Amino acid sequence: MLNQRTSRVVGLLLGLMLVAAAFVASVMLGTTEIAWPTFLEALLHYDSSRVAHIILFTERLPRAVIAALVGASLAIAGALMQTLTRNPLASPSILGINAGAMFFVVIAVSLLPLHAPAEVVGAALLGAVVAACLVVVLSRGRHGELSPLRVVLAGVAVTAMFVSFSQGLLIIDRQGFESVLYWLAGSVSGRELSLVVPLLPLFAGALLLCALLVRHANALLLGDDMVKGLGIRAGTIKLLLGLAVILLAGSSVALAGMIGFVGLIVPHMARGLFGVDHRWLLPACALLGASLLLLADVASRFLMAPQDVPVGVMTALIGTPFFIHLARRKSA
Amino acid sequence: MTHSPSLNHHLTPTSDATAEAGRARYASLLGLLGVVLLASMGLSLSLGSFPTSFVEVLHSLAAPQDSDIAFIVWELRLPRLLLAVLVGAALAVAGAILQSMVRNPLASPDVIGITSGAALAAVAFLALFGTTLSIHWLPAAALAGALLAALLVFLLAWKGSVAPSRLVLVGIGLSAAMGAVTTLLIVISDDAAAMTAYVWLTGSLYATQWPDVLGMLPWLLVAVPLCLVYARHMDAMALGDAVAQGLGVNLLRSRLVLMACSVALAGAAVAFAGGLSFVGLIAPHIASRLVGRGFARLVPAAALVGALIVLYADLLGRVAFLPKDLPAGIFVSGVGAPFFVYLLHRTRYHRG
Repeated sequence: MLNQRTSRVVGLLLGLMLVAAAFVASVMLGTTEIAWPTFLEALLHYDSSRVAHIILFTERLPRAVIAALVGASLAIAGALMQTLTRNPLASPSILGINAGAMFFVVIAVSLLPLHAPAEVVGAALLGAVVAACLVVVLSRGRHGELSPLRVVLAGVAVTAMFVSFSQGLLIIDRQGFESVLYWLAGSVSGRELSLVVPLLPLFAGALLLCALLVRHANALLLGDDMVKGLGIRAGTIKLLLGLAVILLAGSSVALAGMIGFVGLIVPHMARGLFGVDHRWLLPACALLGASLLLLADVASRFLMAPQDVPVGVMTALIGTPFFIHLARRKSA
Repeated sequence: MTHSPSLNHHLTPTSDATAEAGRARYASLLGLLGVVLLASMGLSLSLGSFPTSFVEVLHSLAAPQDSDIAFIVWELRLPRLLLAVLVGAALAVAGAILQSMVRNPLASPDVIGITSGAALAAVAFLALFGTTLSIHWLPAAALAGALLAALLVFLLAWKGSVAPSRLVLVGIGLSAAMGAVTTLLIVISDDAAAMTAYVWLTGSLYATQWPDVLGMLPWLLVAVPLCLVYARHMDAMALGDAVAQGLGVNLLRSRLVLMACSVALAGAAVAFAGGLSFVGLIAPHIASRLVGRGFARLVPAAALVGALIVLYADLLGRVAFLPKDLPAGIFVSGVGAPFFVYLLHRTRYHRG
């Protein structure tokens, strides 16, 4: 673990450079390689008659932006979930976010005539919010307190319910299955920048919430009583952090579908490197998550070219050896 | 187990009268679950694509004769029904062991790589030997995958001892990697193999035969009594390692034995029925909401609940969308989850 303040700062800077390098690699590498000069030229003088420029702006750039945004958001949301539930196995999907998004997407595609990407994104976001609210309502105790155990149990139950409803609908409507499958597998490709823009305020709001609440999140690790010392009720803090998780993970799922691993494993990686203090943990999660998803997306274009491997697969393949090394190194 | 109640006595001083009432309530609850299971088995035997009445089924069960109904009941429905019950019970007990041992409500046979190892082995088998070797070797391959994966998780997590927290972390990491390779294999294999693999991953009891039932039974007969013998140790470990050692529990041996039981049960179940592992997550929770604390009390109740869930999931898969015969795995959460939500809602003011 990086203990010194300076080594942590250096670690974060290295992470930032890794993200930048991965971002550039994601924009430049692929079936059509885009060289440095073209890249700069396209940024400065966009020319809509040149194929390379069009590929860059309609395919590569959105893909890299979404991968970075989604990777960072899922990792932060995962770290917050693990803090909120005090459970190392928790991930954003435990709040029912993935299952709710899946159910609403399936309804939108198979029962309602909603097929446009923007409509699917909207449905997924709505589903994520509805499911997460359901979990919060179910997990509140007598005095409105959110106990970690109840959150987890309610999350499992709600997730299972929405998943089975979706599967049932998909069985009845096989054609819907075909069109939803792409979304279910999780992918950062084939989305336009115009889909990302409306979601940016949500990401920004959630990040602001995180920044304001890092100290309270640290106090939560020590117990609900410690939070009271900071002047706000523990229940309020948990609800606000839960809101941040919903915004981050809900928007991510809406944009990129079901990408596992990042929300579950990256927080453990960041914790192994930077410790449990949220002031370091959350930025580390953002950088690690973003670079992992960017690199995985780049690798997925080459592993079985010309076919794209699902990006979730690559994330797990790249991330697991590192993760197991960290899990082993940590003293019992 | 006569030991575990006495241990509970020391820990939570209760009067004999309430303990007596608790035991009576537990016995009647277990009896009720047993009766419901028997009734459900009768129901499942009489429903299907070929119309049969309950009386006809009973008749052919009592005196097997050479008729269509006897064939359907004895060769098609009964083995499938029995395997559903055995698999459900095995997964539920395996989940109960893991959840109690790693003290984590999210633990399930997935967590230590059993399910994902079996899935990877099965999909690799279908992709590589699908055309050359008989499908009858699939359970053996899946079982080998489950055991190997569990062993690998164990070895990677081993550092002179097996700390549950490290076991869980290594387990989820390795599961994620194996899941990724499984997805990759499905993507690169041809459509027919991919479809077979997909159905297998969902979990299906389609075309169960008697040898499957007889192959599944020994695992339960060995592992369930063994984990009941260690129930007292499990309850002691729930109080923390130091307390358990103070009570004379050999932590390493108890953990290894209990873990081996869990691996054997879940591995065998997954080998014969595919990825039904959700049962292992949800059945122990439902059971513990019904019977309360104490591992020895939890195991039989979890086994009955698990058996019921898989039984109804398979029954729905068989008859709900006739003439289609759908994989039981699709309905496992559909059957279990609403009931679980109800229990959670009902107990919101009592516990947790």
